[in-house]
Amino acid sequence: MGTSVRVQSALFEIGVEIDRMRAGDARIGAIATFIGTVRDVNDAAQVSALELEHYPGMTEQSLSDIADDAARRWDILGVSIVHRVGKLLPADPIVMVVVTSAHRREAFAACEFVMDYLKTRAPFWKKESTPAGDRWVEAHASDDDAAARW
Amino acid sequence: MPDPRPATLKVVYLARLREAFGTAGEDWPLPDTDAAVDSLVDALRARGGAWALELAPGRAVRVAVNHVMASPSTIVRAGDEVALFPPVTGG
Repeated sequence: MGTSVRVQSALFEIGVEIDRMRAGDARIGAIATFIGTVRDVNDAAQVSALELEHYPGMTEQSLSDIADDAARRWDILGVSIVHRVGKLLPADPIVMVVVTSAHRREAFAACEFVMDYLKTRAPFWKKESTPAGDRWVEAHASDDDAAARW
Repeated sequence: MPDPRPATLKVVYLARLREAFGTAGEDWPLPDTDAAVDSLVDALRARGGAWALELAPGRAVRVAVNHVMASPSTIVRAGDEVALFPPVTGG
């Protein structure tokens, strides 16, 4: 069971992230991935850029705890989470989760769980640039509801 | 031997709170007795202005002590790092 978490400003390579988790491991029969990207509209305003802030130290610990939690709940082989910080533009990738397992059901469920917990627990904050100025993105109750399912 | 370290907390403000307070953090002197997270927040709110506004009862503010999510009753001790921040919005 391998877990890996990274917080970085640099762009990540989607294929490289998947290959790193596969690594020729023939026990793997399923790979579920999630990639979150920057939209150009939010709450009825055009978004020209996004600034992502985190809490160094706690953020990495939080992601690591979420990955470990997923590994306890499902019979999976690996989890990796990479999340970007700093200035991002519309269509840029923000986050990628890769889960490997023997069978698809566990990989799908664990991948969704990781994202639901990340959205409500990992200390990241988005500030978006709109024509009316910069504004902090507000948390959504629907994200809490999604995390409470697990 | 008395403890040579000053009895202070390191208080950290993040995201919207950092901007509203105009500072990324400060050292906070602890009282002699055990203090809880809520007493720290009460004292910060009593400063008025942006502090009263952002920390008003009913506003969602999260607190972490030494990088672990805390509750109002969590006890804080000298040397602890206490972070105040809005609900998270990553992913």
